[in-house]
Amino acid sequence: MIYIFDGSLEGLLTAVFEWFERKPGFVNLGTEKTHQPGIFFETFLVETNRAKADRVWNGLQKKLSREWLRKFYCAYLSELPEVFDALFHFATYIFLNPAGAEKNYGNEFVLKVSKTARSVEREKHRMESFIRFQHTSDGVFYCGIDPDFNVLPLIANHFKNRYADQQWIIYDLKRHYGLFYDLNKVEEMTMNINSQAFKNPKSNQLDEKEILYANLWKDYFKSTNIESRKNTKLHVQHVPKRYWKYLTEKQI
Amino acid sequence: MSERLGEKLNILADAAKYDVSCSSSGSDRKNTNKGVGNGHHSGICHTYTEDGRCVSLLKILLTNHCIFDCAYCVSRKSNDIERAAFTVDEVVELTMNFYRRNFIEGLFLSSGIFKNADFTMERLLRVVKKLRLEQNYNGYIHLKTIPGASDELIKEAGLYADRMSINLEMPTETGLKLLAPEKSHQDVIKPLDFVQKQIVQFKDEKKLIKSVPKFVPAGQSTQMVVGATAETDKEIMYTADSFYKNFALRRVYYSGYIPISNDTRMPILGTQPPLLRENRLYQTDWLMRFYGFKVHEILNDANPHLDIDIDPKLSWALRNLQHFPVDINTADYRMILRIPGIGVTSANKIVQTRKFGKLHIYQLKNIGVAYSRAKHFIKCADTSFQLKDFQATQIKAFILAESQSKYLKTDTNQLILF
Repeated sequence: MIYIFDGSLEGLLTAVFEWFERKPGFVNLGTEKTHQPGIFFETFLVETNRAKADRVWNGLQKKLSREWLRKFYCAYLSELPEVFDALFHFATYIFLNPAGAEKNYGNEFVLKVSKTARSVEREKHRMESFIRFQHTSDGVFYCGIDPDFNVLPLIANHFKNRYADQQWIIYDLKRHYGLFYDLNKVEEMTMNINSQAFKNPKSNQLDEKEILYANLWKDYFKSTNIESRKNTKLHVQHVPKRYWKYLTEKQI
Repeated sequence: MSERLGEKLNILADAAKYDVSCSSSGSDRKNTNKGVGNGHHSGICHTYTEDGRCVSLLKILLTNHCIFDCAYCVSRKSNDIERAAFTVDEVVELTMNFYRRNFIEGLFLSSGIFKNADFTMERLLRVVKKLRLEQNYNGYIHLKTIPGASDELIKEAGLYADRMSINLEMPTETGLKLLAPEKSHQDVIKPLDFVQKQIVQFKDEKKLIKSVPKFVPAGQSTQMVVGATAETDKEIMYTADSFYKNFALRRVYYSGYIPISNDTRMPILGTQPPLLRENRLYQTDWLMRFYGFKVHEILNDANPHLDIDIDPKLSWALRNLQHFPVDINTADYRMILRIPGIGVTSANKIVQTRKFGKLHIYQLKNIGVAYSRAKHFIKCADTSFQLKDFQATQIKAFILAESQSKYLKTDTNQLILF
């Protein structure tokens, strides 16, 4: 049997609720977007329900530590269909077993959730390191990104705490939404704007000092390198090529 | 003006790059006054240079003018190089503008000694004070303690810096005397000890009075140059161990010597820096800090040097086969940590998971154990019974045959047919 949900976190939690209500045996979870109807499996359409989702989330809160709740959320943000399925099984496994079951790394779903959460955290950390703000002429620090996973919700706090006295925008060009900090709070925002122009703002949109500091940073990057220790393999391992487009020091 | 700033940055970043420390972790400084910046508990590496080292801090010298003539240093008095000096404002402006664009995690400020120690320390102090007090900057600051500076200056600097460090430079006193006759280890030990005592004192006071300010919250570190003089690995690591113990250092860095002069006392120009040796020393350092090894277990009079072809953990295991095979399902955590191919994360997972049932080979692989290495040293639920006991040399040969060193460009096991 296949449960189909709408791809939201609430939908996923509702699916767990519906399973416990019906106990239909082994079930796979799929999303509306990726599901292909087949003739061998029965399907059940999960209708997202806030109240049911809350009950499941509260139940998880009782069973899991904060660290594991975060792992659950992080794994969800990966947006991978097979991880949705793993999260569904993970949740039922946690509810069916005594407290502490999440430590059983021998269970494939526990391991999958934990591994995926790790990848998402890694991507989050990479965004914290590789985001390069450009100071625009209207005084806002801007950066456009297209991360592998939907990590904006995870990095909002970090940037809010750190850059408390400057306005900034971090825009996810792939998922078409961004974060805007207005010196008080962080808000979600969307823009109807040509994303190509937003990737590399033209020089007249930038603050006059922007090019100076970009060049100084490139100079610094060059002079801090030790030629005789060159190790390209290690360099690429730390800064995979797909991130180079963000990096000021990698632009010619 | 900006051109000159660029030139200065090139000269003074180039002179500072031989200081390897770039860590930005360990500080929990908060952005309380709605200024800019905060500490990140595990640090953030914002980019990596082409030699694969992380760039986390803006690492510069205030000046490369120096009154000392240490043979191992590019900024030595007798070296004919371009000299430059930043003004206090230039350093502040660079730091703030780089930080605001998320280029860096903070500032690493060091300096050549000009005039005298106090004069230099006072200048460094002015930079950090300006950042903290005028710019509301709460990001990371790593400051060099200038040996010989007065206690008052060092103490005041500690109130603004997150980490302070002084480099030991040569692992042994005799090595240092050979290359820098004007210096001694005592010059380093005295301020390290002073700062350490202050850290302890501030921590004690903080327990009683909450408003006591932070004092060097990310602790102290030091650095040793490896391969410039003829120390053994044992001497290097014993020195490191005693500094970890006596001054509660957060880190000791090992910097492979990169030939910079024609001085006959040191390796000649063009010699490759000892990268593999440096790597082995760091591995030993990690074994001491995270794996519960005592330094004398890894290096002793019988083994004064680390093996080049295998890592120190494997090397220890092969010398101590009486402890193996270890039963994964019953052994103590500390013993599991000592198995080659199992790291801290895997060891933790193993200890947690085995409560749910005996572990099998496929589970170990999934958890992340390097099984092809570990299999020679462990027993688990479905390990097949083995009659033959292999010798250490045989196990080493098995492992070497399966793995490939990233340092050896040509595989020595490869047969040459033509």
